[in-house]
Amino acid sequence: MLSVNNLAARIEEKEILRGLSLDLPAGQVHAIMGPNGSGKSTLGYVLAGHEGYEVTGGSVTFGDADLLAMEPEARAAAGLFLAFQAPLELPGVNNANFLRTALNAIRRAHGEAELDAVGFLRLARAEAKRLAMPDDMLKRNVNVGFSGGEKKRNEVLQMAILRPKLAVLDETDSGLDIDALRIVADGVNALRGPEFSALVITHHQRLLDHLVPDRVHVLSKGRIVRSGGPELARELEANGYAGVVADAA
Amino acid sequence: MNQSLRNGADAYLARYQGLRGRLPGDAAIRDAAAAAFSEGGLPSMRDEDWRYTSLRGLAETDFQEPLSAVSTAPILGEAIDAPRLVLVDGRYQPGLSTPPAGVTVTPFSENPYFGRLPDIKCPMAALNTMLAEDGVQLHVAAGVDAGTLVLLSLAPDGHRPIAFHPRHGIHLEAGAKLTVLEISRGQGAYLHNAVTEAVVASGAVLTHIRLQAEGPEAFHVNTTFAEVAERGTYDAFVLTLGARVARTEIHARLIGPHGMVHLNGAQLLGGQQHGDITTVVAHDAPNCGSRQTIKNVLSDRSRGVFQGRIEVARVAQKTDGYQMNQALLLSPHAEIDCKPQLEIYADDVKCSHGATVGELDAEQLFYLRSRGVPDAEARAILVRAFLAEAMDPIAHPGARGLLERAIEQWWEHRP
Repeated sequence: MLSVNNLAARIEEKEILRGLSLDLPAGQVHAIMGPNGSGKSTLGYVLAGHEGYEVTGGSVTFGDADLLAMEPEARAAAGLFLAFQAPLELPGVNNANFLRTALNAIRRAHGEAELDAVGFLRLARAEAKRLAMPDDMLKRNVNVGFSGGEKKRNEVLQMAILRPKLAVLDETDSGLDIDALRIVADGVNALRGPEFSALVITHHQRLLDHLVPDRVHVLSKGRIVRSGGPELARELEANGYAGVVADAA
Repeated sequence: MNQSLRNGADAYLARYQGLRGRLPGDAAIRDAAAAAFSEGGLPSMRDEDWRYTSLRGLAETDFQEPLSAVSTAPILGEAIDAPRLVLVDGRYQPGLSTPPAGVTVTPFSENPYFGRLPDIKCPMAALNTMLAEDGVQLHVAAGVDAGTLVLLSLAPDGHRPIAFHPRHGIHLEAGAKLTVLEISRGQGAYLHNAVTEAVVASGAVLTHIRLQAEGPEAFHVNTTFAEVAERGTYDAFVLTLGARVARTEIHARLIGPHGMVHLNGAQLLGGQQHGDITTVVAHDAPNCGSRQTIKNVLSDRSRGVFQGRIEVARVAQKTDGYQMNQALLLSPHAEIDCKPQLEIYADDVKCSHGATVGELDAEQLFYLRSRGVPDAEARAILVRAFLAEAMDPIAHPGARGLLERAIEQWWEHRP
């Protein structure tokens, strides 16, 4: 599904990713863990195509495509979804219109018919209900006046509606209470299947109790320094990153 | 004074001398305006009120009188399902018009009433007073809700440069209600120099929505003088899309307590267009409110101007005034000039003003694109969102839809 090979990237003059390699097969969920500043969020932004990051080396293949050659909207149309750590507020943009515009843009890119307002609202209301989100979140402006938890749930709602093949969740668990955490995990688990993969960027073991990964990778100074099964997350929770990072250095 | 402005003014004065005997109405009023115009001439950028807007291009165009007797004309733009009054080249066309019940319509050519508010110290209003031939006077009797009226100004010819100076009046008696949706369209080079007097009696509500979609070579100058009595409301919105040079100037005066004035607007400009919105709100009575939200979307080498003055007289205690001018620059060559002025002589008032200038937010744009929305569509969404705050108070669904479609078309066809 996703193959990252020796990826290097910088923001302005600062090198962040320094030869990161990762294989994420279809149908699997991998977790990326690591200390602050190790490059976790940068990886998400680079995969989604943020212009502020300059790729200086390596390659990324998504399906059969050269991901790095694609515009952000083309990546989304190909099935990539980044759940933002700090979702943007869009004053003046209605949440339901925003979601319908996004869904229809992706449907258009696939040569599918667009959904009208009625058909879309039926779909959106059903997904919102599954995520225990109040209906009025669809009527409000995108993320404006949303609490931190509501913003994160709105990201998961977008993911549920857009049905990506690959979801990159950038610390979607941060700032969530245990109930919200379970809702987010359930949202991802609901999409799990042979055609869906996820890259879960997190600081904490907590989310991984509900969203059990197939593999866990530890990122340090822009490279994967260790990989293992779900038990690696528990080891990190118990002992911290210091040992892992020191071993690798 | 600049020589081309002087020559341009002299040409209008010569035209007035030639037409003087044939123009309708009180010659003394016109002569006074001609004397004022002769002294000041066409406004130059040395005049404080015209510091950011040059009329040289206007002065250097040899505008002619419109041909008389236009009986039919193509209706430019989309049809609107409401009673309408049509002016072609500034002349009222009864044959094309469907006046509504509840509004008495008197063509200026039949009853040349100049009103009592317009001020010949405004040079373009003086020019209008000097040369006005036609226009419409609207009157709504006390307590009548007259619904919506479309006032359509067309300059459909486009073959020779013409100038017209329509003179309009809107008088609402106590408790009356009217929505005027004014649309200006045209082709080729022309000068549309309109003056409107709006008198809102106590408890009356005048909603005045304007779509300025003149042709790209046109000059559009529109000066409105509004007076609002106790508990009356003058609710104005202007959308500036067209013309090479446009100036919308509104003087609103609150003369009775608990009156309300809204002067909202948006300018969407491209190419080398110049759009100027100038407002003067005079609070002459206590407990009144005024709200102004002006949004500018400027691309290419266009230039937007907003000058807003709020005057609060000593008697106007408990005034609540607000003014906000915001600009979104879509090009590094676009320019916005903003001049807020507050003159406050009362001590118990709330008056605020602000101005912002920015570009489209790169992070918001990325967020939309990361959801699959193509770049151009994402930009359009953010521009519409920027305009929302000014557009949202437009409660009239037909007018709102018309303006939104006009904005969409502007976005799709911008250079």
